[in-house]
Amino acid sequence: MKKKDGKFSLGSLGQLTIPLIAIALLVVFNLIRDPGFFSIGISHNSNGNAVLSGNIISIINGASELAILAMGMTLVTAACGGQDISVGAAAAIAGSVFVKVLKSGSGISGGTVILAFLCSCIVAMLFGCFNGTLVAVFKIQPMIATLILYTCGRSIAYWINGGATPTVTSSIVNGIGSFIPGIPIPTPVIIVVVMALLFKLLFHFTALRLFTQSVGINGSAARLNGIDARFIKLLSFIILGVCVSVSGCIGVSRLGLINHETLLLDIEMDTILAVAIGGNSLGGGKFKLSGSIIGAYVIQTLTITLYAMKVSSTDVKAYKAIVIILLVVIGSPVIKERFGRWISHLRQRRVKVSAKGAEEG
Amino acid sequence: MKTLFLKRKEPLNDTQLLMTITIAIFFIMYILAIFLLGGGFLHPQQIFDMLNDNASLIIVACGLSVVMIGGGIDISVGAVTSLVVMSCVLYLNKGGNIFVSLLIALGIGLAFGLVQGFLVSYLEIQPFIVTLAGMFFARGMTTILSVNPQKVSHEAFNDIREKRIVISWLGYTANNGARVPARIELGVVIAVVCVILVWILLKFLRLGRNIYAIGGNQQSALMLGINVKRTRFLSYIVSGLLSGIAGYVFMMHTGAGNATNAAGMEMNAIAAAIIGGTLLTGGVGNVIGTFFGTLSLTTIKKIVVSSGLNAPWWQSITTGGMLCFFILLQSVVLGRRSKKKQT
Repeated sequence: MKKKDGKFSLGSLGQLTIPLIAIALLVVFNLIRDPGFFSIGISHNSNGNAVLSGNIISIINGASELAILAMGMTLVTAACGGQDISVGAAAAIAGSVFVKVLKSGSGISGGTVILAFLCSCIVAMLFGCFNGTLVAVFKIQPMIATLILYTCGRSIAYWINGGATPTVTSSIVNGIGSFIPGIPIPTPVIIVVVMALLFKLLFHFTALRLFTQSVGINGSAARLNGIDARFIKLLSFIILGVCVSVSGCIGVSRLGLINHETLLLDIEMDTILAVAIGGNSLGGGKFKLSGSIIGAYVIQTLTITLYAMKVSSTDVKAYKAIVIILLVVIGSPVIKERFGRWISHLRQRRVKVSAKGAEEG
Repeated sequence: MKTLFLKRKEPLNDTQLLMTITIAIFFIMYILAIFLLGGGFLHPQQIFDMLNDNASLIIVACGLSVVMIGGGIDISVGAVTSLVVMSCVLYLNKGGNIFVSLLIALGIGLAFGLVQGFLVSYLEIQPFIVTLAGMFFARGMTTILSVNPQKVSHEAFNDIREKRIVISWLGYTANNGARVPARIELGVVIAVVCVILVWILLKFLRLGRNIYAIGGNQQSALMLGINVKRTRFLSYIVSGLLSGIAGYVFMMHTGAGNATNAAGMEMNAIAAAIIGGTLLTGGVGNVIGTFFGTLSLTTIKKIVVSSGLNAPWWQSITTGGMLCFFILLQSVVLGRRSKKKQT
């Protein structure tokens, strides 16, 4: 009973409390500021397709890469108790490979796009393997192990491009980045849904979720129970590699060019933030993918809100930082405990008062 | 240093071992560079140039080492440096006082250290997230202050900035026959003083010993009666103050404020600390190692440039390769030692 009182939680939401409160606060704030903020309209893009438009669509669309990376990052965080800070750099490499393969053929057809995606996927998985080996076999902290790729990843991408920023012009690639003719929903959003479903299926048909959590909570205990902790850690990095290549390809398709310096810049920080806002412990263990996905949308909503308030793109970071600090302070264990104690104190007082009132009455 | 090691009867501990490896590799690398690439590396000015360019990085890396030894991480250091540079430049250009500008630099650093330290140690929020937010905040504030590059046009400050310590006997004779004396910037002196102060702090003061203790094992430290929260709080303050100083040194070196100043410095500082033998898990590390780590990082870049690999990607690829080498080396060495201890 005491334990229940000491912990402040809203119903059974538990871990999702903070991200949901955050997104609700942002929505309310936006509605007060501008009631028309969330209106959805249908407009025609340059190709003459009827597509959905509006702030809410741009939020959901813009957060696609972040959401996909956040899913993979959650797995890595849960299994290894650390974060991969090289996702942005690895995505630049994956994007470069994608463009390189597209450019190498004579024309761009559906087949070449799939081939290019598979190639970039394999390369990203190889880099994931590299990171994973350092973490799982050599027992190096994930942040340090991935610092290597963080340092040199974008340069490797530059090298693959041969010192240029090649462009791709193709209706198929354009379709991946924006809209497929006839479908009003942005394609990246569909890809996010597909990825989320794939993860759901993966967790449903395999014991990966249980294994990952047990490795994250106590690696040696998991090993004694017959779980290959090394393999699970490696696997989480390889899965993150797939996520990296998907988001890298989306990023490239959006712009139609690969710029190794600016593609998904600083996304590693946002991704880790999404995982943390989603209520997942950055020290590993239990995790919820849905939390991280909501976290990604929280970050994007915040960004779009700030843009709508005419904050310039370089200044956004400062305001973002304030909101992040507020969120984590609310979510911090000490504050939660204090708040819980305060609430139970109030309750006890009320009980006392009512008891007194009953006695007197 | 060497004689100190040789006199010892007991084997080196982890900190000393990693530091010795770093220093040895730095010297091997430098001597190889002298043999393979020739004359340029023989001039003492080469070393002084490396110090001149990296004085602020050395200071930042020292502060970061203190936090890392305490088991935390501070990735806001580069951004704080940049913010300090920008605010001091703007203040000086308004005709401010040099002494006050120094106070501003220290004040900003202290403020970041206080807030981040409080959030990390007393509210128990993960250090990565707190300092990430600190980094975002500092970078954002820098661009809010000014998006355009600002040059210092303060005469008295520029006079101080231009001051060099000239050592004529360490100079070299240039191609045209003129004697060029060795020049050292004032920032290098500040950096060396900072390194020595932090070394004394970690080696001889109670706070330093406590920082090693909480980094090594927080639970045991708590049971020994160490105030873990206050120690961690103070370690962040040290780091914040040092990044303030680093900002001032950076300004003395470049003489201009720019929103992209010190971009990526936090990762360079982390890399320098790691190469210098500091473990991110805490409890192991040394600022002397960090100092040599920074020099190693710079040397490898110089070697890449002077060996003719001019394509822009080679510098960071080799840096990554070196980082990989050091990280693997540390992992293997420490892994072996712990196995030996067990048997």
